[in-house]
Amino acid sequence: MDKTINQKAWFLVLPVFLVVAFSAVLPLMTVVNYSMQDTFGNNQFFWNGVGWFKELLDPSTDLGGRFLASLGRNLFFSLVILAIEVPLGIVVALSMPRQGWTVAACLVTLALPLLIPWNVVGTIWQIFGRPDIGLLGYTLNAMGIDYNYVSNAVDAWVTVIVMDVWHWTSLVALLCYAGLKSIPEAYYQAAQIDGASRWAVFKAIQLPKMNRVLLIAVLLRFMDSFMIYTEPFVVTGGGPGNSTTFVSIELVKIALGQFDLGKAAALSLVYNLIILIVCWIFYTVMTNAGAERKVQAESEPAAVPKPSASLKPVTALKPKEGVV
Amino acid sequence: MARIDLVDLAHSYGGNDAPQESFALKPVTMTWRQGGAYALLGPSGCGKTTLLNVISGIITPSRGKILFDDKDITPLSTQKRNIAQVFQFPVIYDTMTVGQNLAFPLKNRGVPKAEIDKRVAEIGRLLDLQPYLNRKATRLTADAKQKISLGRGLVRSDVAAVLFDEPLTVIDPELKWQLRSKLKALHRELDLTMIYVTHDQTEALTFADTVVVMHDGRVVQSGTPAELFDKPAHTFVGYFIGSPGMNILPAEVRGREARIGGYVIALNRAYDNLPAGAKIEIGVRPEFVEVVAPTAGLLTAKIERIDDLGRIRFARARLGDAKLAARAPAGFTSSDGTAGLKFDPAHVHVYADSLLVEGAA
Repeated sequence: MDKTINQKAWFLVLPVFLVVAFSAVLPLMTVVNYSMQDTFGNNQFFWNGVGWFKELLDPSTDLGGRFLASLGRNLFFSLVILAIEVPLGIVVALSMPRQGWTVAACLVTLALPLLIPWNVVGTIWQIFGRPDIGLLGYTLNAMGIDYNYVSNAVDAWVTVIVMDVWHWTSLVALLCYAGLKSIPEAYYQAAQIDGASRWAVFKAIQLPKMNRVLLIAVLLRFMDSFMIYTEPFVVTGGGPGNSTTFVSIELVKIALGQFDLGKAAALSLVYNLIILIVCWIFYTVMTNAGAERKVQAESEPAAVPKPSASLKPVTALKPKEGVV
Repeated sequence: MARIDLVDLAHSYGGNDAPQESFALKPVTMTWRQGGAYALLGPSGCGKTTLLNVISGIITPSRGKILFDDKDITPLSTQKRNIAQVFQFPVIYDTMTVGQNLAFPLKNRGVPKAEIDKRVAEIGRLLDLQPYLNRKATRLTADAKQKISLGRGLVRSDVAAVLFDEPLTVIDPELKWQLRSKLKALHRELDLTMIYVTHDQTEALTFADTVVVMHDGRVVQSGTPAELFDKPAHTFVGYFIGSPGMNILPAEVRGREARIGGYVIALNRAYDNLPAGAKIEIGVRPEFVEVVAPTAGLLTAKIERIDDLGRIRFARARLGDAKLAARAPAGFTSSDGTAGLKFDPAHVHVYADSLLVEGAA
């Protein structure tokens, strides 16, 4: 096929390059620039090389200690909410109706938390959990449970986690539901005929077929929870103490609270890098899973025996023999 | 293993109060004997899959009973019915190996491991799946996957019947033949009752000893392939089975002759008691009508074209409004586009309101 060659076509791409340059490349380079310098205000900057990065990764310094502690808290938070939201989302998806008007009702109800702006979610739970006027906080205290997310670190963690589960389990459930809906009815009928128990159906059919959407769900939830800022900031403001200060909250404190542009720039670059690496790992795993399937499909003719053209006489299996 | 009786069985997706004309499966009473190979044949939407699903228990019939060896199993669930079913599209448990797939129905029923291994090995051998038993089931072609589905249906030796719902739809034509002969061989080998749903007459006629033809929710005829060919009980059967299908021509029938437009066609039997007011037609297979040079006293038809099928040639002709097909003997040519039709009286059947009328000898 003849391909038309016309280098003028590059001009058509030029606007995109300009937009990307101004919206992404220049700001990012500014941050890189900041991360190498220190400032004491008055727009005066001093060269610091990789000093901030060294400090960032050294737990004995103030910056490194704060960063690594918040990173640890953040990873723990992500793991906990994944451990709760993924199984819970699967269970919710499995118990949703398959047809009738209740499907629409369920979908709308599930989608509601996803539609609420994040700071509103924070506000809802901030008030909901207050021991003096909040329904949850008041009830718990009335029941004799000493609950106060402002003063007790465990209570604060529980509140933040329950809030995230409330906010985001729907997303996992909806993704799983889509995966479940794509399983042809014949699979369930076959399993029924094969005498499979509910658990066997889940293990042999539903879970393998949900594989890919689950991977997407885990990726989305990990990314979001790793970058979480608004909701815990509104509820606990990172406290009590530093107990619910996640990386993004720490970053804002350093950048806007202390106006330490150099430290904040270095931190945000490392933060960004971590997210990119995790994304890349997930992406590779996912595309590899897909590629593996494709390779399998292509190699099929070789892998499969041609049924023998002539029927071999079969004698060994007697009709009544075998299973009782 | 069981004899299966259907007693006044019917199903309507719209509930029992719906008019009977709308029933997906109209009332049917019949018996399937133990060890038989049956085919349910009919065009799409004729109710054959509904009947199959009723037998397997996926659908609960709105009317009537199903008996396995005189035991009423109508209210039982699929699991308790002891039925195996193979579906149109291969169902494979992706995470398991081929062997585990075959073992799945046995494992779910708590069969001892030694028994399972023995049975899986047997079925693997019968289906030529032996080398692949330890391989992941996803790494296979459509026909290999369907063989696994077949294997899961056949692996239980105690089933009342194995039901096949158009199992060869996804298989390449060349492999279809092989798998079908394989199934036939397995049927002889395993002494299982097999019920095979298809819309393909070749599949039905080659697989089954008894073919059940369905049309519009009704069982119109059940018989051996030869019976269906020689003596269709319903004009639909005549038309649906055979290629080309039976010629159906409106005629006046009196005694031992049929009249079409003033021409007389001799009949082998006497038809004196035809129901009054019924629509009378004669049916004759193209194999038993011959086109000859136009002769006085023979029905004359206009030849439209001649199809050469290799072994045999069929003339497509027009007779007034009716179209018909007839055998064209070697060397036959028509000079003016017309031809006389010679009927074989032994194979001309008479139908009243589409149903076969038995004449008196």
